[in-house]
Amino acid sequence: MRVIIDRRDSAGSSTGKKSTVNRQRFLRRYKQIIKKAVQDSVNQRSITDTDRGDNIHIPKKDLSEPIFHHGQGGKNQRVHPGNKAFHKGDRFSRPPAGQGRGSGQGAASDHGSGVDDFVFQISREEFLDYVFEDLALPNMLRKSLKSTTEYTLRRGGFTSAGSPERINVVRSLRAAYARRIALSAKKRKKLKALQAELDSLQNSNDPEDLKKAAALKLRIRELQQSIKRLPFIDEFDLKYNNLVKIPLPSSKAVMFCIMDVSGSMGQDIKDIAKRFFLLLYLFLQRSYEAVEVVFIRHHSEARECDEEEFFYARETGGTLVSKAMDLASHIIDKRYPVADWNIYIAQASDGDNWETDTEICQKIISEKLLPRVQYFAYVEIAERPQNLWHTYQQIQDEFADYFAQQRIRNYADIYPVFRRLFARRSD
Amino acid sequence: MSDQKPLSTGSEWTFEQLSTYDETIGRLAKQFRLDTYPTQIEIISSEQMIDAYASVGMPLMYNHWSFGKHFLDNLKNYQRGHMGLAYEIVINSNPCIAYLMEENTMAMQALVIAHACYGHNSFFKGNYLFQQWTDADAIIDYLLFARNYITRCEEKYGVDKVEELLDACHALMNQGVNRYKHPKPVSAAEEEAMAKEREEYIQRNLNDLWRTIPAKEEPESKKKKRFPEAPEENLLYFIEKNAPLLENWQREIIRIVRKIAQYFYPQRQTQVMNEGWATFWHYTLTQELYKQGFINEGYMLEILHSHTSVVFQPDFDDPRYTGINPYTLGFNIYRDLRRICEAPTPEDREWFPDLAGSDWLDTLHFAMHNFKDESFILQYLSPKVMRDMHLFCIEDDDVNSFLEVSCIHDEPDYRTLKQSLATQYNLGNTEPNIQIYNVDIRGDRSLTLIHTMHEGRPLEEESTQEIIKHLHYLWGFNIRLKSVDERGEEREVYALSG
Repeated sequence: MRVIIDRRDSAGSSTGKKSTVNRQRFLRRYKQIIKKAVQDSVNQRSITDTDRGDNIHIPKKDLSEPIFHHGQGGKNQRVHPGNKAFHKGDRFSRPPAGQGRGSGQGAASDHGSGVDDFVFQISREEFLDYVFEDLALPNMLRKSLKSTTEYTLRRGGFTSAGSPERINVVRSLRAAYARRIALSAKKRKKLKALQAELDSLQNSNDPEDLKKAAALKLRIRELQQSIKRLPFIDEFDLKYNNLVKIPLPSSKAVMFCIMDVSGSMGQDIKDIAKRFFLLLYLFLQRSYEAVEVVFIRHHSEARECDEEEFFYARETGGTLVSKAMDLASHIIDKRYPVADWNIYIAQASDGDNWETDTEICQKIISEKLLPRVQYFAYVEIAERPQNLWHTYQQIQDEFADYFAQQRIRNYADIYPVFRRLFARRSD
Repeated sequence: MSDQKPLSTGSEWTFEQLSTYDETIGRLAKQFRLDTYPTQIEIISSEQMIDAYASVGMPLMYNHWSFGKHFLDNLKNYQRGHMGLAYEIVINSNPCIAYLMEENTMAMQALVIAHACYGHNSFFKGNYLFQQWTDADAIIDYLLFARNYITRCEEKYGVDKVEELLDACHALMNQGVNRYKHPKPVSAAEEEAMAKEREEYIQRNLNDLWRTIPAKEEPESKKKKRFPEAPEENLLYFIEKNAPLLENWQREIIRIVRKIAQYFYPQRQTQVMNEGWATFWHYTLTQELYKQGFINEGYMLEILHSHTSVVFQPDFDDPRYTGINPYTLGFNIYRDLRRICEAPTPEDREWFPDLAGSDWLDTLHFAMHNFKDESFILQYLSPKVMRDMHLFCIEDDDVNSFLEVSCIHDEPDYRTLKQSLATQYNLGNTEPNIQIYNVDIRGDRSLTLIHTMHEGRPLEEESTQEIIKHLHYLWGFNIRLKSVDERGEEREVYALSG
């Protein structure tokens, strides 16, 4: 007997993907270690690199599976292959501990083999899971859209027209049955009457009656046949499952990345800002079905630009933060109706601004922006609180749920600050 | 050379070709009297192979993080090209299941079919250890039962609790086998019914064992009665039956791990014989395919290339050296056996008077059926193989400051060298001998184990401490493990109380 089975596609079968669960068990067991490794790694990565899986190192000793085995010492004999020049009785000094001794039976033995790390890959998804674990976007809303392009098809009653694959058999047969009953009602009523008449004549001896009876029988057969001739199913009976389009409330988000590129922003500061935005973008991507990003850079002028320019352009000038706030407000007016979008604003700056302009900023933010956005996060990349920080402090006091600010001093602060800004809040 | 046309010539394989090859190889195998279970060949992808690898090669296994760890490790090594995958995995079951990788060429598939479906398969069916200890008919059903049972426990008691228990069981797995008495095979259905019965029975008996109120003052002599009466080598068995605080589901899981350990025990004792046998037969059967014209030179070259890397044995001073390659040693012995039968030298006549000139098939089949690695080597390792492999033995005695070459592949040493190598494959020597010695039934319920040292070899400290913790978890009361040397003197005590 010979059986040959193709198992390659059977993902859920006995051979396929068994290890998925085991892999999850493993990750689960070492969650704390992995989380720490991921967080360290986020801090060390370049901007373009944040978005991929990673190698995780776990000290071998932490995941050893102990079994009873012999340690060093006592008397051991071991046979080896490949003797070249040894003679019986040759002596040589003992090699340093750990070498020159077999590790016992089995190739899989990883005991006593020093302090190497166990290194393995986690996928991008897994990586980001750890990066963003326990974080949440504040004030997230599912917005119902009139202008939405997303629909779902739902069953909605029945129609008498449709494509064959949607025929509802039960409904169709029921309709056919009803039609047959309705169309044959008159005839069956007549049939019943004739049958009764026939019955009363059946036992008579009168030849006249018998003649009548024969005629009745003929008539009855005709009627029966005509009832039978009613089509079993008619085009008219067919019922189709109806599908209706229902607009989906969707969770869409737009993020405004507002970055100060004025002369006071050094290369390091810009780098930090970019990393922060990147984290935020990845995070939004995971939380929303659709994410748009609006990039605004500003010095004394504010301008919307594309991603490339945002991250790499070099022009620079003086500082007027309010221009950027104004621009953001305009863009919201024009393109992102509040009813449809979750709107987030993230601003990064060294905090250096004109005193008078900062007042204008405060006004725009609290009057125009905050009533319309889900969350406004401001990061100030500076050693000490600057001009903007002090003013924004008032906004934070007033709109604690919608506005937050944090200070970043160096690269190592980026991720912790990010976590603080977006820590899941308990209601 | 016959005028037989090759079965195929391209490197791609098809299902029809697999079937034709299997049929042809099967026919040849029969001529060599290879008796096998029916085979079930399953084609899988390389990722699935890594999968199968990670859960000790079994098609069904319960879930555990360590299988995930091995999966990740294998995957990484495979992706970086550090590890060639085994081309096949075979399961000792009836029908015998063989996994073949889709990436293999047709020539490789032919080799693998010969190796797995006829080599390993006939070994599983024929070798006495497998016949006595494993039940090929029931293993798949049992694994299914085990997996479902453990999944149910996870749902009921939580993954963490089950994991903690499995960790402890795995640590004692090698001490969870009976070495001497073997159980009678039981079907999975009976197994399930018995599981219930067992639960009740154990609970009743445990209550007797741990009854705390002494009925009356017993005479002095009776108080001395030990429990267990004789030392118990199967630690998991003892715990399953006697640990005071375990719940019934925990006992059942211990039993599952124990059963699986027992199932694998013959494989651990016949690595050289089994791999050697399969290698000998893929070599012989593919040669035969070639001789009879079923495959062409191109195929044969590819097969020989593969065969050569399977039996590659790095020397002791090669950085790739990790010990004796069981494929090589086993293959060399079987092939030499055939030579001794077919073309004996005077040396062979002196060493193997009964074998020299005998029917080689009779001899090989007898050797395969009736031995395990240790006795196989002792019986059949010839001076020629020792010379060919340049075997030598190093003695490392910690009373000396040096290592000594105790014997080499040379006339006066053949027997001692052979003895040393055989000993190396005796699990009884290589694994520490640890037995349950006493339970303080009347007192603190502490458990005492004795490690009887062999050649003064101590236990490895760190892992022993870890295992004591696992033992403590299972037993629930104080644990003492004493290492006792050959003179009966206590050399080391590992203890955990609290």
